[in-house]
Amino acid sequence: MLQIECPWCGARDQQEFQYGGEAHIVRPESPDTLTDEQWADYLFNRANSKGVHAEQWCHTAGCRRWFNVLRDTVSYAVLAVYRPGERPSGSVE
Amino acid sequence: MSTARRLERGGLIDRSRRIHFKFNGRDYSGHPGDTLASALLAQGVRLFGRSFKYHRPRGVVGAGAEEPNALVQVGEGAYRTPNLRATQVELYEGLTARTVNGWPNLAFDIGAINNRLSRLLPAGFYYKTFMWPRFAWLRYEHHIRHAAGLGHAPSLPDPDHYDKRHAHCDVFIAGAGPAGLVAALGAARAGARVMLVDEQAQLGGSLLHAPAAIGGGSGPEWVSELEAELKSCPEVTVLTRATVSGYYDHNFLVVNERRTDHVGPGQSDSRLSRERLWRVRAKQVVIATGAIERPLVFDGNDTPGVMLASAVSTYIRRYALAPGRSGAVFTNNDSGYQAALDMVSAGMDVRAVVDAREKPGASVLAAVSAHGIPVYPGSVVPAVRSGLQGLQQIELATLSPGGDDILSHKGLVDCQVLAMSGGWSPAVHLHSQSGGRPRYDEAHACFVPGPSVQAERSAGACRGSFTLSACLHEGADAGISAAAQSGWPGGYVDIPATEEIDEAPLQALWEVPAGTLSGDGVKKFLDFQNDTTAADIRLAAREGYRSIEHVKRYTALGFGTDQGKLGNINGLAILAGALGKSPGEVGTTTFRPNYTPVTFGAVAGRTLGEQFFDPVRKTAIHAWHVRRGAEFEDVGQWKRPWFYPREGEDMHAAVNRECLATRNGVGVLDASTLGKIDIRGPDAAEFLNLLYTNNWDNLQPGRCRYGFMLGEDGMVMDDGVTSCLAPGHYLMTTTTGGAAAVMAWMERWLQTEWPYLKVYLTSVTDQWSVMSVAGPDSRTVLKAAGCDLDLDTGTFPFMSMQAGQVGGIPARVSRISFSGELAFEISVDANQGLALWQAIMTAGRDYDITPYGTEAMHVLRAEKGYVIVGQDTDGSVTPVDLGMDWIVSGKKDFIGKRSLCRSDTDRPNRKQLVGLKTEDPTRVLPEGAQLVNAPQTERPVPMIGHVSSSYYSANLGRSIALALVKGGLSRMGARIFAQLMNGSVVPATICEPVFLDPENQRAKS
Amino acid sequence: MRRNRYSIFSLARNAVSYHQDWSEAWRSPDPAASYDVIVAGGGGHGLATAYYLAAEHDVGRIAVLEKGWIGGGNTGRNTTIVRSNYLWDEAAHLYEKSLQLWEGLSQELNFNVMFSQRGVMNLGHTLQDMRDIYRRSNANRLNGIDSEILTPAEIKAKVPAMNVSSEARYPVLGASFQPRGGVARHDAVAWGFARAADARGVDIIQNCEVTGIRRENGAVCGVETTRGLIGARKVAVVVAGHASVLADMAELRFPVESHPLQALVSEPLKPVLDTVIMSNAVHGYVSQSDKGELVIGAGIDAYTGYGQRGSFSIIEGNVAAIVELFPVFSRVRMLRQWGGIVDVCPDACPIISKTPVKGLYFNCGWGTGGFKATPGSGWVFAHTVAQDEPHALNAAFDLERFTTGALIDEHGAAGVAH
Repeated sequence: MLQIECPWCGARDQQEFQYGGEAHIVRPESPDTLTDEQWADYLFNRANSKGVHAEQWCHTAGCRRWFNVLRDTVSYAVLAVYRPGERPSGSVE
Repeated sequence: MSTARRLERGGLIDRSRRIHFKFNGRDYSGHPGDTLASALLAQGVRLFGRSFKYHRPRGVVGAGAEEPNALVQVGEGAYRTPNLRATQVELYEGLTARTVNGWPNLAFDIGAINNRLSRLLPAGFYYKTFMWPRFAWLRYEHHIRHAAGLGHAPSLPDPDHYDKRHAHCDVFIAGAGPAGLVAALGAARAGARVMLVDEQAQLGGSLLHAPAAIGGGSGPEWVSELEAELKSCPEVTVLTRATVSGYYDHNFLVVNERRTDHVGPGQSDSRLSRERLWRVRAKQVVIATGAIERPLVFDGNDTPGVMLASAVSTYIRRYALAPGRSGAVFTNNDSGYQAALDMVSAGMDVRAVVDAREKPGASVLAAVSAHGIPVYPGSVVPAVRSGLQGLQQIELATLSPGGDDILSHKGLVDCQVLAMSGGWSPAVHLHSQSGGRPRYDEAHACFVPGPSVQAERSAGACRGSFTLSACLHEGADAGISAAAQSGWPGGYVDIPATEEIDEAPLQALWEVPAGTLSGDGVKKFLDFQNDTTAADIRLAAREGYRSIEHVKRYTALGFGTDQGKLGNINGLAILAGALGKSPGEVGTTTFRPNYTPVTFGAVAGRTLGEQFFDPVRKTAIHAWHVRRGAEFEDVGQWKRPWFYPREGEDMHAAVNRECLATRNGVGVLDASTLGKIDIRGPDAAEFLNLLYTNNWDNLQPGRCRYGFMLGEDGMVMDDGVTSCLAPGHYLMTTTTGGAAAVMAWMERWLQTEWPYLKVYLTSVTDQWSVMSVAGPDSRTVLKAAGCDLDLDTGTFPFMSMQAGQVGGIPARVSRISFSGELAFEISVDANQGLALWQAIMTAGRDYDITPYGTEAMHVLRAEKGYVIVGQDTDGSVTPVDLGMDWIVSGKKDFIGKRSLCRSDTDRPNRKQLVGLKTEDPTRVLPEGAQLVNAPQTERPVPMIGHVSSSYYSANLGRSIALALVKGGLSRMGARIFAQLMNGSVVPATICEPVFLDPENQRAKS
Repeated sequence: MRRNRYSIFSLARNAVSYHQDWSEAWRSPDPAASYDVIVAGGGGHGLATAYYLAAEHDVGRIAVLEKGWIGGGNTGRNTTIVRSNYLWDEAAHLYEKSLQLWEGLSQELNFNVMFSQRGVMNLGHTLQDMRDIYRRSNANRLNGIDSEILTPAEIKAKVPAMNVSSEARYPVLGASFQPRGGVARHDAVAWGFARAADARGVDIIQNCEVTGIRRENGAVCGVETTRGLIGARKVAVVVAGHASVLADMAELRFPVESHPLQALVSEPLKPVLDTVIMSNAVHGYVSQSDKGELVIGAGIDAYTGYGQRGSFSIIEGNVAAIVELFPVFSRVRMLRQWGGIVDVCPDACPIISKTPVKGLYFNCGWGTGGFKATPGSGWVFAHTVAQDEPHALNAAFDLERFTTGALIDEHGAAGVAH
């Protein structure tokens, strides 16, 4: 049972949130210029990292805002939370 | 022949009251403070059950949660509860219990023949046989299933209810023995919010039966003092009869509190839940769960009368009973000697203390010898002899210096009780569940907690510290530091004085040699419930099952309801011996929740039934539909009127009537359940362009447009009509079932992908009641209902909307139509919904206005070829497949567009939506029917598509269907077949999916 | 290799010697310097792949590398449901092949995998559920797969413990029933394939984790492991939840995500449930094991997770669903819960495919429903590896489909799949 720190509301139980999968996947600017392979990579392929994973969560039962979480997918430890458009503090990125 | 008796003094039972109960149909009695096990033991009952595989007679081994044998089914009828441990069942007046195994009865069990055949039934025997003839396994299995299983599930629904509580605390303490109690005190005095949880009815743990004085008084007296102080602290919550069943990520703990079982079914206030599941988030956790004594592994160690030494002490000191007339002790450590002293105090004749060590501890040796009890150092009990009532004699033998052989047999000793102690296993369960990995402690021959992964620490016996003073010191330190780390420094505890003796070290003894070849049929049990023996472990190792997980699975070691609390450690040590490894190298199996079993009802809590399993959503007009006798359909969480049968009408007749009335006169549909999303902002049109496949730049205020939404994979996700209320202000409708998902979808794109778009979304589904008045008379009825708008087509054209009043109620009126009829959709404040509905019904009375349900709605829209997303589409259908290329803009980008031109997505011969007319116009195809070009009996039959919607159309006087057919759009007029489940074949012709008014004259009239 | 043949006679013979003379079910050899085919992953699918490679294809020396103990991943953690009543032809044919292999598996392997054809029931709770059930059952029959549609009364007759009242929150309106479906003993499947593969010369090497995939000129040439470098002409990866991790070793990106999937059992009960019950709308599935435990599962945890554990809220929802369907189970107690890691594809169908790297093959993406496919998956994967071409049964399950869009969307049929 995860506890996640919403950047706007504070620490809340996982059940208040919706998971959104891998973060920082940018929708291609001009999809029609992509090959089928490139489009498939955007559409379906995922890093699926074992270890540190950047992912999206939405505080659906609270402020309804989306944000990003760095989480270890093995220990489930939440390493950082940050708002859309931000980068995690202290991360190498 | 009663061998046991109740003591006249001592213990924590209330002799002034007597409680009557039944066990296996016979009457017994006990006292408050008794468990079922103690009350039965005190009355001479020794046989408590039969084992799972060999059906061997079994007695009580333990005194608490570790008990593997004494499983009972308590209560009758709807209150029947299977598989409770008699050692944990508190007595109440009128309790009835039966053993869970043994047929026809416990004393004479036919299944015991398995014991005679046991040579044929080694671990894993079932993998090696029952394979012939090929399909006979089900027959073998039938008998195996009936022989297996423990208690019976009730046959009636549970009359009790359960609830949950959520709690947050600074310091959570599992276990209220000496370590847990002082931890709680230290944390509480610092001011921390503390939860102290213990599985027993009373606080105190081992202090309830320990002889040691503490703080100058008895254990129970000291416990009472602490309890009083803790309960006076407002921030301290103390739970008894509450088990920490699981320790999950991020310091989330689940506690199962049993609230009424001890008073019996129907005895408590009926408002009281039977059990409560606490969901706790703790800043810091102190684990103080104590240790569990280990059995010794020798031939016949499962004989009734052979008990854990600590259980013997518990029964004597806490429950004030002598479990037999004579006793002996078999131990490999000093703690076992206490049982000898306790047996003496209970007036039992103690015949021997058998100690595997050459050098027993001096203090315990002196204490026991003072009572004249013979002590046999360097000796073991290799086997026992038993009669109908269990243990009668133990064999004595001396052990070789290496401990792996018998030197000499020393004869027999008569005794009815053998108290055994193989040392102690710290209860590392919660530590392990928290993610920690227990490590092996050679000195104590046990697994102790490894490094912490979460914010937890162990204290006392569960950490391998077995003396009372160590428990108290560690507990105090743990409580004080946990409080400090959660922001509450300054806790303190004065450790009370205790009397300690110097303990000599334990000598690991994992298995007592039998004096003959190992594996020669001698039965030394590890897992009493599953009848796993030492020979089984060695057999597994010989056969190549060498990981402890393989051995566990091959031999069923630890798979019982006690989850291996007694036997797992012995099993893994024996495996280590067989593999030439140390127990630490073999390691433990994973400790999984639950620590002890938890009632399903408690896990489910209140989330059951119509109200709470999944809340029912009803429209503002629901009560009217009910009064009108509507049948309802579940759509998402909503209850929607399905049809309104009149007296004597079946569904078919009702739907035909509703359809005819709507096409020929006027009908009205409660459309309130459709999702409604208010969209505002200067970039709203741009956003709609990205969401929908068609173009939204030019939609003027007061106009409506139909749209398709795709997933990014190009497949149809939702549809609906969106109206422009004002520049930069739109109202979107979605499907009933898709509303929440569409809202979430839109929010997500806005927030994460296009945050620069100035668009704001509000769900208004519940705020508006919506009814669709449809049919040629709808305009007249609406006027009669007092609509203040000019409804003529010239001023109020199709696909437009206006705000006005209907019968004095402010309303939005839209000319949109899902039936293909002239229709007006009226939206009003939900609080006025019922009033408007009734006003319209009144106004329409002269026109025989007919309420229609979802079934008629489906028929009417199918006559027009309008699809229902989720019925005519299934996640593999594009708008092009639906023949709706016109709605897909070629000019702009939108979500899913790129996917439409992938090689498979734009190939010809995809499944496409067509109409279907059966050759026999009265034949209505089943929805879901598979379509073929040529019926055949040979399998597989090549299928070309399926029927997605199918009805009898009363308006057309024939059946109609919509279907998805490979290349269907280019096969108009082709004859195909539905080849049905029942084998029948129905010929049909492919046609356009619009069966009625293809020019859409009626809707525009 | 000396091998006992298992039978009631060998059991009796060995009883005389107190079972001292049973031979090892499989050897524990050290890895050789190189193999013709290395199967990475010693779960049921990997062991089945090795078995069929050895039994039906002439490919030379074969090894199975397992990072822990064989059968310790999803094979030993699932709820053991076997069925083939899938909607789409491609999936139906693949799972039906597997079901047919199940029907003779104990005899083929000489190891009782306890395949128990007690039937699988998929409940319908809404009108749309019933349309989908008719569609799927009709398709199943035309594909030669057994399927029946049951009314609530017929369901009640087969499963007296179930609440089929029309007053329920989501009343049971009907069900599809596949009589040939059922359950099997999961560990036995891994052990049986291991023993039979070993008997055909396959080296099963436990505690040997693949840490790298060696390539030369775009072709695979071996694997790095915790026990050193092992050469290989072909590498067949079948590691379930860890597919992305191994794909990454060959610089491939895969359309799979790994999620926790949890399951739980009750304490053992006398027989009370004779068939397998699955429900999508009331989200759960349950059967009763031979030991008497109710074996219960539900859907995945939403988040990515390699921790072999999920969130308690999933368990709560799952148990509520089961009590909602079976009110008489309310007083029964939950004994144990656990989790595995499932790799999920966007279309709920597996990938059994060649890759852009020559000699490297992947079998993954089974999501929550891989156990039932164990023999069939091994059978087609062995063919794919041996022939360097997919079998007709798995041709549609290639990686290409995510580029072309030819997905096989089984969400409806898989649902809370297991």
